[in-house]
Amino acid sequence: MTVSTASGAPPADRAALAGLAPDLTARKPRGPWRLALERLRRARLALLGLVVLLALCLAALFAPVLAPYGENEIDLFNITALPSAEHVLGTDDLGRDELTRLLYGGRVSLMVGIAAALLSAGVGIGVGAAAGYYGGWIDAALMRFVDVMLAFPAIFLLLILFSMRGSSVGGVILFLGLFSWMWLARIIRGEFLSLKQRDFAEAARAVGVPDGRIILRHLLPNVIAAIVVSTTLNMAYAMLSEAALSFLGFGVPPDVPTWGNMLNAARPYYTVQPQLAIAPGLTLTVAVLAINFVGDGLRDALDPHRS
Amino acid sequence: MLRFTIRRLLGAIPLLLGVSVLSFAFMQLAPGGPDALFARNARMTTAQLEQIRHNMGLDRPVPEQLLVWIGNLLRGDLGMSYAQYRPVSQVIGDVFPNTVVLMAAGLTISLAASLGFGILAARNPYGVFDNVTSFFSYFGLAMPVFWFGLMLQLLFAVHLGWLPSAGMYSAAGGGGLGDLLRHLALPAFTIAIGSIAGWSRYVRSSTLEQFGQDYVRTARAKGLAEQRVVRGHVLRNALIPFVTVVAIDAPLYLTGAVLTETVFSWPGMGRLFYDSLTVRDYPVLMGTLMLGAALIVAGNLIADLVYGVLDPRISLR
Repeated sequence: MTVSTASGAPPADRAALAGLAPDLTARKPRGPWRLALERLRRARLALLGLVVLLALCLAALFAPVLAPYGENEIDLFNITALPSAEHVLGTDDLGRDELTRLLYGGRVSLMVGIAAALLSAGVGIGVGAAAGYYGGWIDAALMRFVDVMLAFPAIFLLLILFSMRGSSVGGVILFLGLFSWMWLARIIRGEFLSLKQRDFAEAARAVGVPDGRIILRHLLPNVIAAIVVSTTLNMAYAMLSEAALSFLGFGVPPDVPTWGNMLNAARPYYTVQPQLAIAPGLTLTVAVLAINFVGDGLRDALDPHRS
Repeated sequence: MLRFTIRRLLGAIPLLLGVSVLSFAFMQLAPGGPDALFARNARMTTAQLEQIRHNMGLDRPVPEQLLVWIGNLLRGDLGMSYAQYRPVSQVIGDVFPNTVVLMAAGLTISLAASLGFGILAARNPYGVFDNVTSFFSYFGLAMPVFWFGLMLQLLFAVHLGWLPSAGMYSAAGGGGLGDLLRHLALPAFTIAIGSIAGWSRYVRSSTLEQFGQDYVRTARAKGLAEQRVVRGHVLRNALIPFVTVVAIDAPLYLTGAVLTETVFSWPGMGRLFYDSLTVRDYPVLMGTLMLGAALIVAGNLIADLVYGVLDPRISLR
């Protein structure tokens, strides 16, 4: 029985991680030119994604400079106004400029994505490395824990927790990070199980290199591709989850602008003011699309089988 | 096979036990805890509150509460809903069929679309159709589900007026299958969009993988019609891993149901969950959480078993 029985990761995540294995057969029918063309196209998409992502990050970073109005500046004469020369994307129900909110919202949304992804990478690396390197009961205990975590309908639990104790940006980051590391841990564990028996690891042990140094300096660099790809995809996953939680009203506190909160605020008005729902949703989609393109590009670039 | 099935079934028990212990532990993080609903009531006296806490067993030590909760769970007793004063199993049982209708419709759409798109795309890789579907899959995977629902609502219900925007039946003159299907169309498509995108990519790549195999060349060489090659040989092998992907992903529809049902006011589990969140109906929330976990574990179990049945080369240990 060789099926991996993991769930909980978003389908996109799984499909992408499955792609970490060399996809040799899919390329068979093509000649060398076709292949080169294809790789160029993928690299172009990844570059495009990177440019878009950087542009979004810069726009968010320089929101105070770029935004036409202040973050919480209220225009009492223009409440839920349609787009005009004054307010390019209109205003929300409190008379705040939608474009300004979109720029400031990007700060939190992108930060949640990056921070949660880094946290999940940290936990995933720690658990996976410990389980794979030490094996035995440590491995068994940690992997059973991974099984349990994967059986959680995470969004349900997060909603319950946040609805009861309230939430903050930090809380959202913490819990999104703590519920998305399991896939990476499994991959790293599997790699470490075989890596630790290779000669270079054996040699390092023989000359008395401490465990921590073997893990960090000798084993970990071998799984950097999996870490980078999985972290990129987790960033997209965290941003989508944040939006979902905030949209339901139990994510980031409503006074902090995020793309999810803006969608939640737009719900009563979106039939007459469609741009209030279209703008943040489309921005989020474009951001996630860009991240996924970058992730795919990184996978191709870092995959040693495709050199 | 029987031994394998039994082993797998037994393996699911500690998993569910672990999930319930962990959910219980997380719940302890909530300040105010399960009795918050009552504590917020200003007319409640301290003595009454104490009485309620005693009745709910909240004055007992935490480990004892855990044992009671797991004991009740094993007997299928999920407790009483605070908001509706009925057993949780009844409250969930009332709306669960509506969610099953939504999930089944979504799954049907998704399976049909992803098989169709995936196979067609694999027949002519990197052709126009493949590129178009691949573009839309990228989009489908990047979109927030609920936002896609809002956009569908905006276009088809508000602007075009073709389909109703919310609910399961029309208030006046409603009822009947036609009415249900009209209400079902938008939410079912919304809940399906993510898996249409993900699965059609999966079907494409696993079909493509088979096309490169020797046995396909053999089949073509002996002069079989391409239709026969695809249906009789390629698909049979390509779809084995796909079945397991579907079994593993399908329980995630429950997550999608929370968002979809909230957007479309569909009277199902997701909607119940959302309403219970706003009134802090703790036992209903925990019941839904456990049901979700059970579905995920069941999906994994089915994936394992079906894989073993469909692919005889896999040795069942």
